[in-house]
Amino acid sequence: MNRYPLWKYILIGFTLVVAFLYTLPNFFGEVPAVQVSPARATEQADTALLERAETALKTAGLAYSGLELAGNSIKVRLAGTDEQIKAKDVLQTALGDGYTVALNLVSASPHWLASIGSLPMYLGLDLRGGVHFLLEVDMKAALEKAAIRYQGDFRTELRGAKIRYGRITREGAAVVVHFATRDQRDAAIEKLAGTFTDLTYTPVDQADGFSLTARLKPEAIKQVENFALQQNITTLRNRVNELGVAEPVIQQQGANRVVVQLPGVQDTAKAKDILGRTATLEIRMVDEQADPTLVSQGQAPFGDDIVPSREGFPIAVKKDVVLTGDSITDASPGFDSTSGQAAVHINLDGKGARIFKEVTRENVGKRMAILLIEKGRAEAITAPVIREEIGGGRVQITGMANAQEASDVALLLRAGALAAPMQIIEERTVGPSMGAENIKKGFNANIWGFVAVVAFITFYYRIIGLFSSLALAINGFFLIALLSMIQATLTLPGMAAIALTLGMAIDANVLINERIREELRNGATPQAAIHAGYDRAWGTILDSNLTTLIAGIALFWLGSGPVRGFAVVLCLGILTSMFSAVTVSRAMVNLTYGRRARLTKVSI
Amino acid sequence: MLEFFPFRKTIPFMSWGKVTTIISLTTFLFSVWALWDRGLNLGVDFTGGTLIEVKTEQAADINRIRSALVKTGLPEISVQNFGSSRDVLIRLPAQAGASAAQTSNAVMAALQADDPKITLQKVDFVGPAVGKELYDSGALALLVVAIGIMLYLAIRFEWRFAVAGMLANLHDIVIILGVFAFFQWEFTLTVLAGVLAILGYSVNESVVVFDRIRENIRKMRGATIPHIIDDAITRTMSRTIITHGSTQIMVLSMLFFGGEALHNFALALTIGIMFGIYSSVLVASPLLLMLGVKREHFIKPVEKKEEAVV
Repeated sequence: MNRYPLWKYILIGFTLVVAFLYTLPNFFGEVPAVQVSPARATEQADTALLERAETALKTAGLAYSGLELAGNSIKVRLAGTDEQIKAKDVLQTALGDGYTVALNLVSASPHWLASIGSLPMYLGLDLRGGVHFLLEVDMKAALEKAAIRYQGDFRTELRGAKIRYGRITREGAAVVVHFATRDQRDAAIEKLAGTFTDLTYTPVDQADGFSLTARLKPEAIKQVENFALQQNITTLRNRVNELGVAEPVIQQQGANRVVVQLPGVQDTAKAKDILGRTATLEIRMVDEQADPTLVSQGQAPFGDDIVPSREGFPIAVKKDVVLTGDSITDASPGFDSTSGQAAVHINLDGKGARIFKEVTRENVGKRMAILLIEKGRAEAITAPVIREEIGGGRVQITGMANAQEASDVALLLRAGALAAPMQIIEERTVGPSMGAENIKKGFNANIWGFVAVVAFITFYYRIIGLFSSLALAINGFFLIALLSMIQATLTLPGMAAIALTLGMAIDANVLINERIREELRNGATPQAAIHAGYDRAWGTILDSNLTTLIAGIALFWLGSGPVRGFAVVLCLGILTSMFSAVTVSRAMVNLTYGRRARLTKVSI
Repeated sequence: MLEFFPFRKTIPFMSWGKVTTIISLTTFLFSVWALWDRGLNLGVDFTGGTLIEVKTEQAADINRIRSALVKTGLPEISVQNFGSSRDVLIRLPAQAGASAAQTSNAVMAALQADDPKITLQKVDFVGPAVGKELYDSGALALLVVAIGIMLYLAIRFEWRFAVAGMLANLHDIVIILGVFAFFQWEFTLTVLAGVLAILGYSVNESVVVFDRIRENIRKMRGATIPHIIDDAITRTMSRTIITHGSTQIMVLSMLFFGGEALHNFALALTIGIMFGIYSSVLVASPLLLMLGVKREHFIKPVEKKEEAVV
């Protein structure tokens, strides 16, 4: 009656082997490593890069214990932290600015384990140290920016169609165009509606004239917002690459938020500065007709804005934006081939290149200003004179004081373009020493609790109690294996959840064991008592675990960050405990007692 | 066979109804008063604000740190020791505007200007909007868990069991919150997670007793309902104490070894486990009796087949 068919033992054996294999990497610890990844998200790490790194390290005479291509980066394992720092310098010099070289720790587990996908548990920031930021994109600003772009577009379009118009103003995210007559207004609506289909146009008749109000359609709003978010994520990715973090996480959260996690970052102030930078770029024409005396007094001529230059004197620039930073695909510092002056080389995307070609053709001899807008204030970084028509989207800007300034401007051009300003709305920083301390504390809480529970249960229930304790240990194994397998993030609350589920998991065995005792008291034979104990307790175990599972799922659904880590472990722990407490402990009991036909006594 | 709790005779729990009702009502009212009068000491997770933990090399001079921070010009900075004499906790209230995220930078810069050996251990900055969201989703989670468990009990047992089980456990939750309010212990996200886990966990206890009641109703044909309930509680008593004892061992281990971060979490669990035992035995079951549980709710009357009379 208390015998399992062979396949059940094989199944249990198989799960134990798998659990062991996936738990194993957690015991090997970590070795120092250097991680090299391309600075730009579009590039790939390949075997050519691997060879270059190998040559560089060999030339420098640095010994390493492993060199591998993993995902979009290469990892070099080193013997100690001294070698690690040396290797970082060697690789950075050899590979240049196009690559991010970061210090990292990698698992010391043997290669064959990694090849079957067996990796150590993924530790959360509270355990490994690092920074977590939640950033919110200012969508109102993104929509206003879109409206500003349409203001310029409307001007060009109406001028092209030879429709006379008055002022073009912006009210929030809506664009208002004024006309002298109704016919002009109606013609304009027809023309604009044909060209810009993302907007709705409402005619308004006022006492002093006629106007139209253009607003983005709901689906266009969604598109603008989504674009702004994606653009900001790309920009953040580029900025994070500058920081040289080994395994950054940059993820969209909800409709307007981005999560940035930087494990192991020590200088959080710098990280915050770089991420929080809200610079955007615009290229506009300088108004050559503006009266210099008025400009120096800070009075903007109609249709112009006054912005200060780097040197501090004011420049009048037209309100129309020629290009925004969105069109810039790349920027690098360099030198002008003829004059030897410091310069910045810019690459534009297709649409940007076309516009740029047109504008430069029409404006040879005039000046063009590149504006950096930071925290609502604009500054002209440079205002070079256009010497000739520039086609092909390759632009060179001179006028920088020195190579350092050229490099600064290039950096801003490259990483500076945010589609809309962002704000840090949540920060969680954990210092590296505290992370290690948290691991130690969480581990101790688990171990001592476990030892005490096992001692108590074995003392109280004897042999069957020993089986219950073994089942509990196996439950711990299963849980760690499962967490490693799915690479769920383990946080400190997660470690607390391990302890809690271990404490709760023993409940199933207590239920079973108490039931067996009761059956024995009522005069059942040992075999019958064991059978009835496991059988009858099962329904109760299922019920009681399911209620906790409901709580766990709700926590996972509604929780965030550390609470989520807690919920994941709680849910998984409940699932593994039902298997180990019932099936695995039963297997042990069956193996010991099940084969004896005349069992007279059971140690419980 | 080693037994700590050899209950052979059925203990008349149900006849203690008056006493337990008074105890429950008193603790419950006390908790409600504490919550109403003092309120929960909500952590930055819910209120928004900045919490900075730093470590000094020697025993920290709180006054010196305070005066160093005055120079930052930030309002309402609170500085206190916690854990050891070298650990210092700095709190700042929520501020509006983009500069809020820079607060921790300003604080650290001021501290390190004064004492370069100060190290940053931890920063929690939560914007006011995020705090409000976390608060709302926490309250929603509590509601969802309560409804989910009630539905489950209603499906698995009967609505009276669901109502009795839920009321008993909400009573536990109110008491945990009340104790936290009374002692002004900080209520953080992690504590909330603990409270919700307790809600799921202590329903276990009611489920086990209810299971027994159901089984007894079917088995003990002649017995009265109060006797059936008493018997169910007595038979499961040993298991109740051993199980909760084991869980409590784990929780105590967290309390002693888990450090500051898990301290309040473990406290919440401890109160929850203690009152969980009490309430499932002495609150849920009397409530069940009050709601009028009957044998017929579980035993379907045998349908009489009517034969056609010719």
